[in-house]
Formats: sequence, C-alpha cells, structure tokens
Amino acid sequence: MTAMLEVRNLVKQFGHFTAVDGISFEVQRGEVLGFLGPNGAGKSTTMKMITGFLGPTAGTVTVNQVDALANPIMAKTRIGYLPEGAPAYPDMTPAAFLNFIASIRGLGAKQRRERIAAITERIELRRVMEQPIETLSKGFKRRVGLAQALLHDPDILILDEPTDGLDPNQKFQVRDLIRELAPEKAIIISTHILEEVSAVCSRAMIIAHGRVVADGTPGELMGRSRFHNAVVLELKGDGQPDFETIRADLIRVPGVASVEPDGDRRVVVFPKDSATVTDGVSQLASARGWQIGAFYVDPGRMDEVFRTITQGN
Amino acid sequence: MGAMTTVFRRELAGYFATPVAWVFIVIFLLTTAAFAFYLGNFFERGQADLLSFFTYLPWLYLFLIPAIGMRLWSEERKTGTIELLLTLPISVPAAVLGKFLAAWAFVGIALSLTFPFWLTVSYLGDPDHGVIIASYIGALLMAGGYLAITSCLSALTQNQVIAFVVSTVVCFLFTVSGTPIVLDFVSGWAPEMLVDQIAGFSFITHFQSIIGGVIDLRDLVFFASLIGVWLFANMIIIEYKKFAG
Repeated sequence: MTAMLEVRNLVKQFGHFTAVDGISFEVQRGEVLGFLGPNGAGKSTTMKMITGFLGPTAGTVTVNQVDALANPIMAKTRIGYLPEGAPAYPDMTPAAFLNFIASIRGLGAKQRRERIAAITERIELRRVMEQPIETLSKGFKRRVGLAQALLHDPDILILDEPTDGLDPNQKFQVRDLIRELAPEKAIIISTHILEEVSAVCSRAMIIAHGRVVADGTPGELMGRSRFHNAVVLELKGDGQPDFETIRADLIRVPGVASVEPDGDRRVVVFPKDSATVTDGVSQLASARGWQIGAFYVDPGRMDEVFRTITQGN
Repeated sequence: MGAMTTVFRRELAGYFATPVAWVFIVIFLLTTAAFAFYLGNFFERGQADLLSFFTYLPWLYLFLIPAIGMRLWSEERKTGTIELLLTLPISVPAAVLGKFLAAWAFVGIALSLTFPFWLTVSYLGDPDHGVIIASYIGALLMAGGYLAITSCLSALTQNQVIAFVVSTVVCFLFTVSGTPIVLDFVSGWAPEMLVDQIAGFSFITHFQSIIGGVIDLRDLVFFASLIGVWLFANMIIIEYKKFAG
C-alpha cells in the first residue's frame, strides 16, 4: 500500500535558525497521526510546509503520489487544512465564507449547497450562519475553520490544534468527528493535550527542536514510561502502617525494583524490566491486612514520557 | 480563472460589507468637487471641459488610492487569512490579480460616480466628449498604477499604516518625477539619458498629455506596463516570503 502522504527529509531554516531539521514520515489512509511537542518545536512549520504555505529549505512532500512542490495546486485540492488559530475573514458570515471556499475549490452549485448543509449540520454551525465571523465565540470560529477544511471531502486532513479553545463538550464533539472521519482519510493533528493523543490518534510523533524524537502508537509511547506496569496502591482508613514499613515489605516481593510514595496515601511499586508484580503485591496486602482503597496497574504516564523525551533527560 | 473570479468577487463585496466603501466614495466625491470648484475654478473658467476636475486628480489619488490598497495583502498577513488563501488551490498570480482587479473595479465605481460633472458641462456647453472619455480612461489607468504600487508594497508588511505611508511616498515619487523635486536630485550627477528616463516615469506628465486631448499610445502603454511590472513584483514578493518565512 502506498502512503497518502509522504514527507522526506523536510528542512526549514529561517535565517540561521533551523525550525525543522530533517523530518520524514508517511501517513496511510485510516491513520490519525498526532504531532506532539513543546511550543516552537516545529509542528506548525512542518504542517505549513506540507500544505504549501511555506516552501521547505530542503526535502520533499508527496501527496497521493503527486509531488507537492512541483504541482502545488493539484496537491492542495487533496488536502483540507485548519491553520493554527483558525483564521477566517472576520467581516464575512460563515455562510458567505464557506461559499467562498467551496467556490475556490471548484464545487458546483448543487454540490456546494449539499456539502455546506451536511457539514454545518454535523458540527452544529447552523444557528450562527448569518452572523459576521468576528462576532462569534472562539469555539464557533474554530468550527468554521473545521467546516472549511472538510468542505471538499479531502483525502488528507491537516488540523493544527483543532480543539484549542473549545470547551469540554466541544472537544468531545471534535474528537468524535475525527474518529468518524478516520477510516476514509489520512489525518494529522497537532495538540498540546496529551490525553487527546490516546483518545483519537492511532499513532503519535513527538517532535522537539525540529526533529522526530519518538514515533509509535500511543500504547508504545506509554510503554516508555517508567510508570508502565507499575502497581499503584492506595491505603485507606486510620492506623495504617507508615510508608517506611510498607516499603520494607513491598521491596521484598519478587520482581519489585523500587517503591515510591505518590502523594499522601499512595504507593507506587515499580517492577524490574516491566515485569508483572500484581499478584505478589496483592497477596502481600491481604497477608498484612492492609485496607486497600485503590489498586491498579499504571498503563504509563504520557506527560512523564513527554517531559523525559522532550527535555532529553 | 474560476478561482481568480471568486477572489475578485469576495474582495469587491468586502469593500461594501464595511463602511470603508461608503466613506471612501463620499470623501472622494467631496474632495474632487472641492478641488474642481475652488482650485480649478470649474465655473469661472467658462470652459466646457473637465480639465479643472482631472488636473487635480493625481494629488487626490496620492492619498486615497493607498488608503484603498493598503489592506490588500497586509490585512491578510495580520489576520492570518493569507495562510488560508495560499493553501487553497489557487495560484499566486490568480490571487494577486483577483485582489488587484477588485480594488481597481472599486476605484472605477467611485470614479464613475463623478458623472454629474460631465452632465453639468454637457448641459452648460458643448464639450469634446472624446477628450472626456479619454480622460476617464486615463484616470482609470493612472489609478491602476497607484493601486499596483500599493498592492505590491502592502505584501511586504502586516502593518497597514506602514503599507499606507510607504505606498504614498513611492506614489509621490512617481507623481512628481518629472518635476524639479526629483530631477534636481539626480540632474547634478546622473547622465542626461537617466534624467530623461526618470522624468519619463512621471504620472503627471503622462496623465496631462491624455487629459489635454492627445491620446498617445505611449501614455497608455506606460500605465499598462507600470501596472504589469508592479503586480509582477507583488507576485515575486508573495512567493519569496514563502521561502524566507
């Protein structure tokens, strides 16, 4: 299967500053790729190069087998793009704005009406269609930007922070929409919200200093966490033994590497080499008669992986 | 072609979506009238022509055209919509032309609303309509020249005030390049040929020969090629900024 989108050794320099430093990846139909990374890591710059807003200093972008640098117009017809901040002409209404986009994208009058109706229905834009965009709330503005990106039913969707500024309900809606679209399209989203990656992405790439520093499924990235497979134990009630006593017991359970406190009442038991220590820990807890408030295996902590990888320690 | 027409229509409608269009048209008509009557002695001259109206037009354009054109690209940069526009399937030349033609059409609309002058002289006397038509064509072409300069320079900045000031200065140089203000600067050291060249760029010289009733192809070609060159530079700037960031 050939990739919908193929990026090879993309480099962007602004003067002496290298914003993107040799990024390569492929996205297949059905994949949702999440770009993660600190501000200024090069996520948006990479997106701007894929969509043809910025010209790369070096490297290639291939959209559905079309060289996007040699045939920019043809490549752009296949891409739907939500730029950072969802820019739109402020004095236009969403209705006029979407008509404008549809017309530039060459949709016929009938198709235009149907698509605009379907999309504005899907993302609940109907009731603001005749208000100037500058008077809309941040959430509605973002949805106008999304509608614009989806209008021509593109094969490739590039969404720069699609849920930024949305309230929790709207975030849920947008993630739902992305999941719904995913099987038919190749999608790239960038986000600061780590749980969003687990919620919608089939694959995540962590970018720092213009390079890809990690690339894998959200599960694989979580597997890199030192919390992965650790057992978290919460003790309840008064008269519990103190942390040092508990640690002295737990550290003797086979496979346990170390024991650390996590807040007031929690204890994290780290296994050696991601071994499973659940049984040993639970047997010990019942043997000692500890009152257990919570007991679970940590899948790994994305924020910790993110910090470790992007700060390089 | 289709995409260019779409941009053209959006831009032209954009002028009328805000008070900008109406403010501009009212001020344009008031100032042309004031100039024609007070400075140009429209009635006192006792001539059935529109010379007193057209003579001062370059000086009005000098401020009003940059005011119309300053937003063409700088506003797109400021609001970030340039990123949207340039990632749509439209070529840079089509986007530049669509925007320029919309602004030009708008100036054309404002210019056409000066028709009562024409009616007045026709009523009061027997003007040479050929000269008046030629003068209107010349006025429109000259507006295109000022507008192409402004459009090009507005692509350099996201600040509309800077776009306005720089465009006005450059337009001023083109307006007066046939007069001592500019020629004294260069005539001391530059070869005669260069001085003649610079004098040849004067909007006023070319425009005056048109409104004087002499339709010389060279004057028309001058304005047309000036528009072409500045719009080409406009396209280069947009393309260049993609790579320079």
